[in-house]
Amino acid sequence: MTSPQPLLSVRDVRTVYGDVVALDGVSFDILENEFFALLGPSGSGKTTLLRSIAGFETPTAGEIDLDGKNLLSVPAHKRPINLMFQSYALFPHMSVAKNVAYGLEAERLPKDEIASRVDDILATVGLSHLASRRTSALSGGQRQRVALARALVKRPRLLLLDEPLSALDRKVRAEMQSELKRLQHEVGMTFVVVTHDQEEAMSMADRVAVLEDGRLEQLDTPVGLYSKPRTRFVAAFIGTANLLEGRATAGGIDVPGIGELRAEHELAPGDAATAVIRPEDVTVTREPAALAGTVVDIFFLGGSTTVSVAVDGLADPVRCTVHAAVGLARGDVVGVSIAPERIVVVPAAGPTSPAALQEVSG
Amino acid sequence: MAERVAKRGGLGIAQIPFWLTYVFLYVPIIIVVIMSFNASDNLFVWSGFSLQWYPTVFQNSAIMEGLGNTLIVAAGATVIAVICGTLLAVGIQRYTRGGLIRAFATAPALLPDLLLAIGLLSLFALLQFTLGLYSVMIAHSVFATAFVTAIVLARLAHVDPSLEEASRDLGAGHVRTFLRVTVPQLAPGILAGALLAFTLSLDEFVIAFFTTAPTTPTLPIVIYSMVRFGVTPEINALATILLVVSVTAVLVAQRLTKFTENL
Repeated sequence: MTSPQPLLSVRDVRTVYGDVVALDGVSFDILENEFFALLGPSGSGKTTLLRSIAGFETPTAGEIDLDGKNLLSVPAHKRPINLMFQSYALFPHMSVAKNVAYGLEAERLPKDEIASRVDDILATVGLSHLASRRTSALSGGQRQRVALARALVKRPRLLLLDEPLSALDRKVRAEMQSELKRLQHEVGMTFVVVTHDQEEAMSMADRVAVLEDGRLEQLDTPVGLYSKPRTRFVAAFIGTANLLEGRATAGGIDVPGIGELRAEHELAPGDAATAVIRPEDVTVTREPAALAGTVVDIFFLGGSTTVSVAVDGLADPVRCTVHAAVGLARGDVVGVSIAPERIVVVPAAGPTSPAALQEVSG
Repeated sequence: MAERVAKRGGLGIAQIPFWLTYVFLYVPIIIVVIMSFNASDNLFVWSGFSLQWYPTVFQNSAIMEGLGNTLIVAAGATVIAVICGTLLAVGIQRYTRGGLIRAFATAPALLPDLLLAIGLLSLFALLQFTLGLYSVMIAHSVFATAFVTAIVLARLAHVDPSLEEASRDLGAGHVRTFLRVTVPQLAPGILAGALLAFTLSLDEFVIAFFTTAPTTPTLPIVIYSMVRFGVTPEINALATILLVVSVTAVLVAQRLTKFTENL
């Protein structure tokens, strides 16, 4: 990559609590002005990583640098990094404006500068009219905006957002999602969202780091993660996928029951492998095709319909996405075909080899 | 299975023990309050309503001196207890796990006064600390600290720990975080603890009796020495005043802790 020096550089970070390994050697770079996401299920180590970057925890081993300078020796309150807490952590004994001013007062800035910066940021997040309100009198969405304003007003080098949308109801979520993207462009700041919700990460971030069991599974753009997953975990975690177990062959993968599927891959022939097939890459026809099956379920989703087909020879039904009006019914015998160029073959299980990881993060 | 709706009560006569017990709790207090308004100076004869004993309380120099001493002791003990109790509670919450240290920190509130009194007296003797108002103040702050610790700990359980992290994240150091975020969050608990500490110190007898000098009696000690020559209506008036003060303080403290729980 020809990019300049990364903004934040995480190198071989390892955190061990007693005999629990929370982070098992994680490395990646975050670039300036990037909207980055740390995505993983609970227990994947993403919160530990977040707290290590914010300064509330110190890793057992490894380094974290900001702008090329060691960050771990800097205490939390001196790091040019701010965190928007999952619980928002607004100070209940202060007004909205006082909450937002708190961080600037801690910097001992002149009063008029504090006042004007607080006014500006409240206008940016659309809360000027609530400045003197108590935070307990606000709605969930408003509280989040206060938390966001309180962090942004500090003009941090990096803004961490811990599960920013999880506490919001569906409608406010969608609103806040586009709001966060807008703000990130507007203030030109580096955002790092930490979340277990793949939709949240995929819809907002420029790049997503997928964590599992304290390891970095894959770091890629949302499109890259979806179309070219490198591990079985990523394939299953991101979006919906049909996972067919088999063995790699020279030109594809041999799936017991249906035979060889042609696909490009880098595995050695004979390796245990999994074919990842997205539902939209499966075509269901009334005419006989490469595979035959029976419709077992139809889920109408409005714009599209997901059809479950029990394919002869496979234990689990194959899910495929079709356009709404296909006129299929349960019990119909159908032909199923899979676009070979869309099949991704990943190792069946186990961690990715270190070489593959380096290639991804480099 | 047919079930009858249970009625509160039942046989009237079965309620008598309950009501008798209840009366038993409050009769002594009621007698003191009523007798404080008795015009006669004979304790056992009611000869009409009078407020005359209330002014005499304030004209009695021994009582006034005792009251002065008691207020100094209570105020000092409260200040010490609030500071120590708050720090102790925050430290327990932050640095310890499990209930043992917690239990030991609040135990002096429940220990027999006599035990504390003898222990403190021995300690003062050992340190050759001159007995007087300061020794009582220190002695009272021991059990008062335990009360404040218990109340502040209860309050702490309701405070979101991420508030302190948020403060640090926003650039505030430990001291600023403690004063601007932790203490305001604990304020209702601290205030309730202070009121309770003050009230308890106000009428504490045993420990004060052991740890004060004869020249600096606190109010309960003054009252005790007066009562040895017979209870006068004046004492009843004084007791009633103390009752009003303590009950008010305890009620306010209770309101504050309730308020705390609802936050």
